[in-house]
Amino acid sequence: MSPYFHSIRIDTDKCKGRMKCLRACPTQAIRVRDGKASIIEEKCIDCGECITACPHGAIVPLTDPFGELTKFRYTVAIPSPALYAQFGREILPAKILSGIKKLGFDSAFDLALTCGEVSFAVQEYLRDYKGPKPLISNACPTIVRLIQVKYPELIHQLIPIELPRELAAREIKKKLSKQLKIDEKDIGAFYLTPCPVKMISIKQPAEKGQSFLDGAISIADVYGPLLSAMEGMEKGSYRKALESICILGVGWAMVGGICRTLRLKNSMAVSGLNEIIKVFDDIERGKLRNIDFIEAYSCLQGCVGGSLTVENLYTSYNKILKLIETLEFEEIKACPDIREVRKLYNNDYFFIKGKFEPRPLKPLDQDLAKAINKRKLKEEIYETLRKIDCGVCGAPTCLVFAEDVVKGDADLTDCVFYAPENTEKITDKLSALLNESVSINLSDSYTNKLINKKD
Amino acid sequence: MSDEYVLSQQFEITGGDFGNAGKTSTSIKEILKEIGIEPSIIIRASIALYESEMNIVMYAQRGKVFLNITPEKLHFKIEDQGPGIGNIELAMKEGFSTATDKMREMGFGAGMGLPNIKRNADRFEISSIPDKGTTLDITFCLNKTGSK
Repeated sequence: MSPYFHSIRIDTDKCKGRMKCLRACPTQAIRVRDGKASIIEEKCIDCGECITACPHGAIVPLTDPFGELTKFRYTVAIPSPALYAQFGREILPAKILSGIKKLGFDSAFDLALTCGEVSFAVQEYLRDYKGPKPLISNACPTIVRLIQVKYPELIHQLIPIELPRELAAREIKKKLSKQLKIDEKDIGAFYLTPCPVKMISIKQPAEKGQSFLDGAISIADVYGPLLSAMEGMEKGSYRKALESICILGVGWAMVGGICRTLRLKNSMAVSGLNEIIKVFDDIERGKLRNIDFIEAYSCLQGCVGGSLTVENLYTSYNKILKLIETLEFEEIKACPDIREVRKLYNNDYFFIKGKFEPRPLKPLDQDLAKAINKRKLKEEIYETLRKIDCGVCGAPTCLVFAEDVVKGDADLTDCVFYAPENTEKITDKLSALLNESVSINLSDSYTNKLINKKD
Repeated sequence: MSDEYVLSQQFEITGGDFGNAGKTSTSIKEILKEIGIEPSIIIRASIALYESEMNIVMYAQRGKVFLNITPEKLHFKIEDQGPGIGNIELAMKEGFSTATDKMREMGFGAGMGLPNIKRNADRFEISSIPDKGTTLDITFCLNKTGSK
């Protein structure tokens, strides 16, 4: 079994091998071999770009079906604030939350309140922090994965504060089990998610063994039923509904929302994976040391741009933005009490229990000298290729193909332009190198077995 | 050590080409990651390389980076054709800079470039001939005992 859980599956029956995903993948984790796409689990960061790129719907996000609710005695829905952005401007969170209760959940929790608490906790953490800057928000699981896999040097710059949805689930379960006198295990906490990536942080959290949530249901799946549920609902007071909104919390739905509502001066907000990669490259060069905090989301415009949302991402971004502007103008501050948050903060209430661990890609070889040799050979192979990145071999680019060859995952003959006379010298070196590493791997596992036996 | 275990590559940098500034250090960083160099060394090397690359982009006509990796050490030779440095001792002082206002507007020219390279490298040598160019030798030790 693979050590990594992913929220993306390829339906090989539907896959027509059209290679759209091959080019869309920002970490070059997809190969198309024998006409079917497959994902290299080690490289995948669950960004979901391939889901959007596939013309046949063959790449399926893995979320929970509604049926999961029946497994629990009591169920609570915890919608991402991005859900609040999916409906027209006059529909405010209060109405959406009452609508959710009609869908079969026993209660619906306003996650914006917890988001607000976490915003304050982030502010506290930023104030006390003395290490290398900038600190990076851990709100987007894809960004956390990206850092674990491609920027392991930046791992200590991730904010180690628990995600609002996890905190909310933890606290709700504690409270409800006391109130209702039932076991915490009988309470099902479901996150209504704007993207499949949240599934991985539930099934395989980046830093610890277990999530407090029991599943995630796609916003796209609840949208239709929720719309009908809200129809004909009594129109409450708009002003009252407005006054119940935590401005800090709704900011979590869009990129820049945390920075803006906290009024962080030395902060920066980025969205879109390719842009984030450029920013992270700059951090590695030591260019952004004067920035305190970076809010980064893999999806354009933040969670409102998630692949499981319904509304156009600019429309939903705009709804949240206008809502924040209105709340600012009306000076409505339905936020958690900062003094309370400080008390909780000092009692370790907010911190993640484990630690973010890097998960760097395996180097070409464990042995430095051999890795150097393989890298040299990769360059030599690349020089013999056409460099047109046609993708027919199944790798996204010629350079990636060259790497697959030195790793032994692909064969030089897979290239449609393969001509033996170009590669004579290389073939010998290649077989020498590959044979060498195979024998080393074998002897390694052999010694491991011996050690295990002794145990 | 036979030259079998040596990776040598060469990169060219064009002076004044701000649009591509930083690309060389990014490509080299990718190579170091693929080979499996320790992250803490990669980050020091990235900073040193980027500063060197920016010096060429800002001041010189053109330059070359010669990358040399062996299992023992990581070595960069950075040669440029440019104005050279009149007083190296002065240039190595933190805060000394000949940057123009325009460069400063872009966030460069704080006079931290050369000292920053030296601080991050395990070994650093600099030589320069006025009106000809500057050569930097930057070395990082890969075996544990030699590293900072």
